[in-house]
Amino acid sequence: MDFETGLFGRRKKVRAVDNVTLSIGRGEIYGLVGESGSGKSTIGRITLRLYKPTKGRVLFDGVDITDMKERGLRKMRRRMQLIPQDPYSAINPAQTIGEAIAEPLVVHEKMSWREALDAAARALEEVGLTPASDFIGRRPRELSGGQLQRAVIARAMILRPEYVVADEPTSNLDASIRASIVKLLLDFKERYGVSMLFITHDIVLISLIASRIGVLYLGQLVEEGPAEEVVDKPLHPYTKALLTAIPLAGERPDLEKVYLRGEIGDPSNPPSGCRLHPRCPFATEKCSREEPPLVEVGKGRFVRCWLYLKR
Amino acid sequence: MTTVLEVEDLWVKYFTLTGVVNAVSGVSFKLGRGEMLAVVGESGSGKSTLGYALLNMVPKPGRVVKGRVVLGDVDVLKLSPEELRRVRGSRISLVFQDPFTTLDPLRKIGDQFVEFLMEHGLDEASAYRTAREYTEAVGIPGRVLDSYPHQLSGGQKQRVAIAMAISLSPEVVVADEPTTALDVIVQRQIMDLIDEVKRKYKSSFILITHDLSLALERADTVMVMYGGYVMEMAGREEIAGRMLHPYTRALFESLPRLGQRTLPKSLPGNPPDLRNPPPGCVFHPRCPKATEECRRERPMLVEASRNHFVSCIHPG
Repeated sequence: MDFETGLFGRRKKVRAVDNVTLSIGRGEIYGLVGESGSGKSTIGRITLRLYKPTKGRVLFDGVDITDMKERGLRKMRRRMQLIPQDPYSAINPAQTIGEAIAEPLVVHEKMSWREALDAAARALEEVGLTPASDFIGRRPRELSGGQLQRAVIARAMILRPEYVVADEPTSNLDASIRASIVKLLLDFKERYGVSMLFITHDIVLISLIASRIGVLYLGQLVEEGPAEEVVDKPLHPYTKALLTAIPLAGERPDLEKVYLRGEIGDPSNPPSGCRLHPRCPFATEKCSREEPPLVEVGKGRFVRCWLYLKR
Repeated sequence: MTTVLEVEDLWVKYFTLTGVVNAVSGVSFKLGRGEMLAVVGESGSGKSTLGYALLNMVPKPGRVVKGRVVLGDVDVLKLSPEELRRVRGSRISLVFQDPFTTLDPLRKIGDQFVEFLMEHGLDEASAYRTAREYTEAVGIPGRVLDSYPHQLSGGQKQRVAIAMAISLSPEVVVADEPTTALDVIVQRQIMDLIDEVKRKYKSSFILITHDLSLALERADTVMVMYGGYVMEMAGREEIAGRMLHPYTRALFESLPRLGQRTLPKSLPGNPPDLRNPPPGCVFHPRCPKATEECRRERPMLVEASRNHFVSCIHPG
């Protein structure tokens, strides 16, 4: 996808997402891992058709929604939802929690407010905000980050969507409660068969509920595979660096520790050849000249790195 | 080991329209030269308020109501505004979570750094020299001084914030969640930088964080706070091997860890309302080991074994 950005007249083309192919099965949780500038949020929004890709197609339940017009999209979007990173900007601060959760039912299912609020109370119990009567009349600012994110999830799930994009849903929360939010999403998947694209920079957290993980760097997929395998036996240096960066990485003596120099750099001006090469301790001359392709090295296991190509 | 900072029985409250918030209750500790103390707690534990209190900058409507913050020979809480301005930055400094708080977006980094140094008595030439020296010491090229904050990445901005925080060789640097807003790989780089600074300049650090695993990896001493109180405090290896307080253990078990394959369990319930804290032990409503006694009596912080302090009636 090409973007045009720039203030004060200077325009640059930012290739935010470069040749990414993803497929998410019904009832599957796919973990998309990357840091800032990786394009992960862009991909999330493309799958919801909040952005239109410059090239490529987006298929939802077999239907090509890439070029769909607003009216058709509106119908499709009732089956999809987005859970954003910051719960405080996700809910209108002037609404009560009950109103926020009930609203989609009133708008899309034409329920009465009374019925919708009853359903909202049940939804609050479902996400652990009990007793519901304690929370239903409160305003967003009266809830903690973790509580509010539960309310956001309750609202996202109330229309029983088939596909949810969770965009860094736990990054703003204390480390100690992230697992509980992630468990809540897992519960919803198991109960209602919701498919999810879970976008995060926390590779360990996501490996606990995702079936597949894709690792993104500067707009490209650099590794993909079954979640447990990617975390237990990482292949790409960037994946290893992500795991090495986690505190107490020493607890995994089997992990090859990789330290990257420098920082991610400018997505609008990515390095030549392999995008990681300026930072990679294994970089060779070839890495700086030629961009490695994404190759399948095992069943469902992909990596984009010259270290794994025998030529 | 010399003590550079001693905090004695510190109490901080916020006098709000909806009630008095007991943010920090009776916190005491000693910090040695070149030592890193991690203050670990979830949101609402009082850890950030504690950090601000150490520089006597608790925002209104908050106020220190009791206690001393003794930096070498002075009680920071008893200084005049003039004396405080001198002490802040030169004897005790602060690195914020969001580097934008430290840096004015409309002025060049170099100008801000130099002005800060000149305000503390350096002449212009020395200020430029010092700014360049410390910028390079934190691993960024000197030409960064000619840039504006928005031209730098999050990691670079935080390096600049650290450079400024150590440039006057303060005895203590308070870092409030210095890596939380940064990318994962940069987080490790910044923590490595802090380690290096600690070693090279012998500065003492107070690392405020919600991440117990980060504290266990980096700190010399770990202090766990909950509801404004100290639950447990011990050296890193001691506490990693033996978590005596049920809260410390629950906190540790709630973190996803590299070797684990199952979802960790978060603590049930919610943090206490500090305007109306629970009677007895502030943690008892959520504690798996709570008894009737815990509801009635607030446990004191006692030395359970050498240099291992815990406030719990049923430790271990």
